[in-house]
Amino acid sequence: MKVLLSWLREFAPDIEGEPEHLAEVLSDLGLAVEELSHVGQGLDGIVVAEVLATRPHPDADRIHLVDVDAGDGEALQVCCGAFNMAVGDLVPLATLGTTMPNGMEIARRKMRGEWSNGMLCSGAEIGMGDDHEGILILDQGLSLGAPLTEALGIHPDVLFDLEVNPNRPDAMSVMGVARDLAARLGVPFAVTAPQVVEVGQPAAERAAVSIAAPDFCQRFGIRVLDNVPSGPSPRWMANRLLAVGQRPINAVVDLSNYVMFELGQPNHTYDLDLVPGGELGVRMAHRGEQLITLDGVERTLTIYDGVIVNRDDEAIGLAGVMGGASTEISADTHSVLLEAAWWDPMTIARTARRLGLRSEASARFERGADSEIIPMALDRFAELAAALGGTTSPDMVDAIGNRPEPITVRVRSQRVNSILGTELSTDEMTDLLEPIGFACESSGDSQEFEVSIPSWRLDSATEIDVIEEVGRLHGYSKITRTVPVTEQAGALTPQQQDRRRIRALLTGMGISEAMPLPFLAPGDLARAGLGDDGITVTNPLVAEESIMRTSLRPGLLKAVAYNAARRTTGVSLFEIGRINPGGGGDLPDEHEHLAVILAGEEATAATTLWRRLARHMAVTQPGVANGPVDGLHPGRSGQVLADGQPVGALGEIDPQVLDAYEIDERVAWLEVDLGALLGADRGLAPYRAPSRYPSSDIDLAFTVPDEVSADEVAATIAQAGGDLLDSVSLFDVFRSEQLGEGCRSLAYTLRFEAADRTLNDAEVAQARQSCIDAVTTAHNATLRG
Amino acid sequence: MAEPEQLVVEAERQAAAATTVDELSAVRTAMTGKRSPLVAARKALGDLEPDARKEAGQALNAAKTAIDEILSAREAELSAAARAEQLAAERLDLTEVTELAADGHLHVITQTWQELEDVFVGMGYRVAEGPEIESEWYNFGALNFPLGHPARDMYDTLYVDYGEPGTTLLRTHTSPVQARVMENQEPPIYVVAPGRCFRQDTADATHMPVFHQIEGLVVDRDTTLGDLAGTIEAFTAAYFGPGFTSRLRPSYFPFTEPSAEFDIQRPDGTWLELGGCGMVHPNVFEACGIDPEQWQGFAFGFGIDRLALIRFGIDDLRELWTNDVRFLGQF
Repeated sequence: MKVLLSWLREFAPDIEGEPEHLAEVLSDLGLAVEELSHVGQGLDGIVVAEVLATRPHPDADRIHLVDVDAGDGEALQVCCGAFNMAVGDLVPLATLGTTMPNGMEIARRKMRGEWSNGMLCSGAEIGMGDDHEGILILDQGLSLGAPLTEALGIHPDVLFDLEVNPNRPDAMSVMGVARDLAARLGVPFAVTAPQVVEVGQPAAERAAVSIAAPDFCQRFGIRVLDNVPSGPSPRWMANRLLAVGQRPINAVVDLSNYVMFELGQPNHTYDLDLVPGGELGVRMAHRGEQLITLDGVERTLTIYDGVIVNRDDEAIGLAGVMGGASTEISADTHSVLLEAAWWDPMTIARTARRLGLRSEASARFERGADSEIIPMALDRFAELAAALGGTTSPDMVDAIGNRPEPITVRVRSQRVNSILGTELSTDEMTDLLEPIGFACESSGDSQEFEVSIPSWRLDSATEIDVIEEVGRLHGYSKITRTVPVTEQAGALTPQQQDRRRIRALLTGMGISEAMPLPFLAPGDLARAGLGDDGITVTNPLVAEESIMRTSLRPGLLKAVAYNAARRTTGVSLFEIGRINPGGGGDLPDEHEHLAVILAGEEATAATTLWRRLARHMAVTQPGVANGPVDGLHPGRSGQVLADGQPVGALGEIDPQVLDAYEIDERVAWLEVDLGALLGADRGLAPYRAPSRYPSSDIDLAFTVPDEVSADEVAATIAQAGGDLLDSVSLFDVFRSEQLGEGCRSLAYTLRFEAADRTLNDAEVAQARQSCIDAVTTAHNATLRG
Repeated sequence: MAEPEQLVVEAERQAAAATTVDELSAVRTAMTGKRSPLVAARKALGDLEPDARKEAGQALNAAKTAIDEILSAREAELSAAARAEQLAAERLDLTEVTELAADGHLHVITQTWQELEDVFVGMGYRVAEGPEIESEWYNFGALNFPLGHPARDMYDTLYVDYGEPGTTLLRTHTSPVQARVMENQEPPIYVVAPGRCFRQDTADATHMPVFHQIEGLVVDRDTTLGDLAGTIEAFTAAYFGPGFTSRLRPSYFPFTEPSAEFDIQRPDGTWLELGGCGMVHPNVFEACGIDPEQWQGFAFGFGIDRLALIRFGIDDLRELWTNDVRFLGQF
């Protein structure tokens, strides 16, 4: 929403101060100034000139030579890159010595051998509109050589570009912004009632409105105007519209826009001759009803759209969104029906969104326009039209739908201070509220007052809404800052601490944390050798973001492939992230997983990693169960076990999957459901003092069939070794021809120890034998050597 | 039988000839061992007259002492030489290293996330979490966005095909965690909720369909807007450092009233728009089963990703998601 300082001053003439200060005040009121610009300045030296002749540049195609008369009757040659002017046109000429608003200095100079004695200006170059392409063609009748500012009535002005929040329908108008600003600055704010001279037949005899959708249309006002001007609007009006970003079209359109910007009330004009009997109606559209809108597009409507209909119940306009083509104003239009109405915000929002027809008008209706302003908006249009020769029929047609009762709110002063942290008196509160139209009435109790919510604040209806207004007008920056004190000790939960422990362990092992996008494209899971696609996104912008992942594997494989394609191999990455494996109750199941990918490593690297992770996180009975896992190498994969339960998978990525990702090295993989690891009860194992007596180590090597895992053998030894066995660890594995097919040698170191004595040879020998017997019996293994 | 003096001379000669500790050890055996002339001479002492025996004994003892000293001295020399030779042989060029083991790096988002958590934990907050796939109710309904409310359009929501159409979505902000915490915990409440959020957005330097936010919620007996402003200010000083200040500007969010945007002012005077905040709306309290006449509160939220960009001097959000190790390894 752009507003000019001069326009604001029409409502509050005493607004003073540096523009930068005013911008801060506006921002502090919640009308954030996104841009502050000075317009109509830096135009000294730019004059009105007439095009006398144009001719090609002898040595250049992209520029031509233009002779202009800048008031002295002399032909002045200027080189120009735009070709949109004709002999006799009036154009702005930046004379020699002029400094343009952008800082460029105009000097006499040669362009490809021809002298240029100044520069002809586009609208954009002098802050009048956005047109960079052509030279601005001025209205005829201006005096040659006159300073442009004088000729066009341009005054130096300040433009504020405001960001208006959805809860501020009132601030979508110059009047509303002026009201807020005046209130904060403590200067008077006044709205002058438009003066309308009425002539001829009363409006009620020329027009009528019936409302068949009274909730959708709370009010529909009409004025009838004759002799509407067909030419351009006055320069001052066009200048203002240009400044706020609205291109001037013609007098009727410009008047309509001007009133909307000024008062916040969108309005629409119908060619009276094209509306039989001047009769309009409002109803909801029929399903499938057709309407050609002003832009020439045929619209198919739904029962949720509101329409304006004629006497024959034919839709002639899309209420509040866009008028119909059939009643459009033309150069031949003599009389118009001027509509100013109030439409239901939600309905307008839905229609505008569905049809992609958001406009300045729909933006205002969506926030909630002010039904009380309708008569004034009609009058203002009539007043401005009168200055251009328009005449207005007496009275307005004022059709009323279901209008809500005005709202009054009981406000407790103590509550205001309690929410805001202020110590304002009741009088101070009402002094803040009254200037923005929140009429306050004492309720007899000095600690309470009644507030009448103004019609232009549809967002306000409750005590908290009023409290916000008190705070806003008082100024958030004036509120004393305090920091609440809590008796609670801040802390991470055990789960959150564990997440950090895991991250610290992994980074300490040289593994970096990756962050792949959590979305997948169709086929990504299949490419990674995983099962069916996961939960789909209903409205993704691109297919790559259409599926929620069921595993962290596709993302990390992509990361490894990305780095491999950039000649970095051997990448180690991990991710902690959520997955949606399918299933669920009210919401889909969501699991937090840890995945580690080790490029250039074999499957057992994943086992080692899991062991270290499990030890670090004190997982009870961590294990690995060999067996095929989807997407992993069938002979080099297994389940991750904690407490005997599967909590993940590990191994090596299936070579076929690696081919699909164009990865040329072995890739080890570990993925664990963190639900099983985080927040585990740790540190409960009783302390065991290190033995003071020497321990004895013995090594045992067995020939073991391939089907038996090294873990199983170790578990058997651990059980057979009994209390004296302190630890058992695998230290060597080998296969050979002597050993034969289908088996290998597994060598373990066993350490025996007692807490209370030095073990004697007989005890160790006995324990050793127990271990040997157990392994050979349980696993069809033989002791080697 | 050799004279003791000769034995000493002989020992001196042999010790000097020995070039290793092992050779010297052989000399020691030859000169002082059981079969050495010295021991033989000592055994022969018994055959002498007492007077002569005394004199000869003293001479032998003196020779033994002298030989021991000679051998010890030579041994010290030889060990020192051997040690010096070994150390010389073991010399290493300490720059002859072939591979530097990679460091592991936490992602910049995680680093920023953890720093923020730490600041708020230090201020007495706990850290809450919630699901990323959320119900329409928690994302909007409980937060005072009625169905069809235009403010829902401010969030370009991604929905998922689950349950009734339009009921399940990818949370557009971390605010649903507010509602979940209030439902499950009796006030007073002091929590922050960092988390992943989603919007229907085309990826570019400043937008991603996935991003991270941190939400703060305080509910207590007499929490005020002044408490909110003071908390934002305290956080600003703690996280950004001295010289950084904050301001609140009125704004609009359905779930807070009064609502505000908060900006951070850098020491050079420039402003950074950081996030949104406000007093918890009474409708939100009621939706979560808390009596707004008994409890008051504030909430705030802001983006983690942009803070990470600023902190580490990264100029494109998309870099956070490439997983290029040349990126990850820098932080």
